[in-house]
Amino acid sequence: MSSAGAPAISARQLTRKFGAKTAVDHVDLDIPSGRIYGFLGPNGSGKSTTLRMLCGMLLPSEGHAEVFGLSVVKDAEAIRRRLGYMPQKFSLWEDLTADENLRFIAELYGLEGDVEARIASQRQTYDLDSLRGQRAGTMSGGQKQRLSLAAATLHEPELLLLDEPTSAVDPQSRRDFWERLFELADQGATILVSTHYMDEAERCHGLAILAEGRLVAEGTPRDLMDGVDADVFEIEGADGTQAPALIRPLPFVVGVTQLGMRLRVLADRHASGAEDQLRALLAQHQIPATVERTEASLEDVFVVATRKDRRGGH
Amino acid sequence: MADTEHRGFGARLHGSLRRLRAVAVKEVRQLARDRVTFGMIVGVPLMQMLLFGYAINFDVRNIATAIHDQANSSMSREFVAQLKATQVIRIAWETDSATELDRLMREGRASMGVVIPHDFERRLQSDARPVVQILVDGSQPSLAGVAAGLAAMPLLSRHGAGPYAGGKRMEPRRIEVRTLYNPEKRTAVQVVPALIGVILSMTMVLFTSGAIVRERERGNLELLIATPLGRLELMVGKLLPYVGIGLIQTTLVLAVGSALFRVPVVGSLIDLYLATLMFIAASLGLGLFVSTLAQTQFQAFQLAFVTMLPSILLSGFLFPFEGMPVVAQWLAQVLPLTHFNVIVRGVMLRGADLVEVWPQLAKLGVFLAAMLAIAVARFRKRLD
Repeated sequence: MSSAGAPAISARQLTRKFGAKTAVDHVDLDIPSGRIYGFLGPNGSGKSTTLRMLCGMLLPSEGHAEVFGLSVVKDAEAIRRRLGYMPQKFSLWEDLTADENLRFIAELYGLEGDVEARIASQRQTYDLDSLRGQRAGTMSGGQKQRLSLAAATLHEPELLLLDEPTSAVDPQSRRDFWERLFELADQGATILVSTHYMDEAERCHGLAILAEGRLVAEGTPRDLMDGVDADVFEIEGADGTQAPALIRPLPFVVGVTQLGMRLRVLADRHASGAEDQLRALLAQHQIPATVERTEASLEDVFVVATRKDRRGGH
Repeated sequence: MADTEHRGFGARLHGSLRRLRAVAVKEVRQLARDRVTFGMIVGVPLMQMLLFGYAINFDVRNIATAIHDQANSSMSREFVAQLKATQVIRIAWETDSATELDRLMREGRASMGVVIPHDFERRLQSDARPVVQILVDGSQPSLAGVAAGLAAMPLLSRHGAGPYAGGKRMEPRRIEVRTLYNPEKRTAVQVVPALIGVILSMTMVLFTSGAIVRERERGNLELLIATPLGRLELMVGKLLPYVGIGLIQTTLVLAVGSALFRVPVVGSLIDLYLATLMFIAASLGLGLFVSTLAQTQFQAFQLAFVTMLPSILLSGFLFPFEGMPVVAQWLAQVLPLTHFNVIVRGVMLRGADLVEVWPQLAKLGVFLAAMLAIAVARFRKRLD
């Protein structure tokens, strides 16, 4: 892994319990600065809880975490000045206009110098000029998201924590949003973003896959895909047949996904002759399909990682 | 060293005040846009003033009464005239039979019935039997007391006999009732000063707890927690606008009270406003405490209501404090409204100054300190 200076965030055995439920389960993290780092996982995998612990909003039940070398428990106030946080739910004030929201946030962070100029520049960057006097409650999902990001980055934080920032916006807004994230990273900000979109996860410099509160895989998207612990086969010409039902029970099969005309089969890497067995099975049922080995996608990584976790857990 | 420390403190204070002001400005702006709440700020005092000032009348007058005068003599007619003169009763019906009187009462049209027997004069002179029978509709509160009052009146005193003369010839004593501070016994004079407290405890607790819980409910708090905004800055900034609103409401009640009901302010206005400020602070403290208990605005509303009922019932606003059981009196001591009622009646009607009501002021201060301590301890800058 290429080094980009001291880690912005490091966590050791970070754990959070809510009653009997363990939301985050002994997670270790080392997140380099100046990068976009993604948390990928389904709902309830502990992404939000981890982010909240990192900005001092929730106390860890066990373990500890440091941001910029400062403890998230003891130095929460000092960390807050240096980070911007965008909650999953729109959290600015719906009965205030875009400008009023930005001015309020500017006051909270005690922005010095020409505050209006800074707000104007944020308006320009995030395409908010036409929304200046519009109340946030009447904005679209994409507009709210731009306003939220403008508010979170108003004080030029070194670290940006974004909790599923694109869950309520259209695809074009998502693309624009990610371009802005890369601009911010280029300017030196560390960005930690949680998502359940594979395409977004693939754009991150580094990635942690979370499942049921545990860190099940970590690395760059490329490394994760190359190092996936499974063989991937694509079967073409089997659509409309009972092939998925036939393949799923095979002992070496980790997962079967239908992708339009194709079937994607994940097989245990340590099983020998998986490809031949698949062909034999299809021939036996007179299904004229082709089987081809292919490269793993991030989704395959995700399926394997979470599947392995589930097996390990029970 | 000391100098830099001092400057550091100054800069910190400056930053803190700046955040506090930002929260207060934001709150006022939101309030101005929330038409329902804004309307309530003016509407609640006005509605209550009119309701309590006009509709609710603690001094019972003009009770619809049916009279069945069997004697129909000059003496009995004089007796009826005297009853009328009290203005306590209004003779709505003069019936010819006891059954008709019964019917009027059963139907609830007459709240009181007076039966004068045909041997009224003889009974007055010598008889041990009651002279007059007064029937009271016991289903209505406070009427029985009125009837007892009527019965005790030295009626027909010129003839040297009272209705309850009994066996002995008693010279009826004329009891003079003088009412101090409110000589005309107008309800408005009693009610309006206490209404200031009732209205303030309603709106202050309700609005503040609602305003704080709303931020939690809408997710604003999650964002605020991630900023450098301190919890005291947040709490004080959010409460400050309501101090202003409380003063506006007080002024409104005083103005309407003076214009519509001629309620005087005998004591100093400055004393009155200072005492009111103290009560506003105590109510805001209670609202803050409620907001730390409630998760949703609906819960906050319910909790605010729970604090409001005992305040209204036990504070001496509706019922005299002396008549309550000891436990209720003890409970009333915990309620800020109880103490404020003493202060506000003293200052407005008896012309007391703040020195004379300092025990009550001190109790409000203790209440405020306790509420703030609990609220600050409970209000964490965390989600858990």
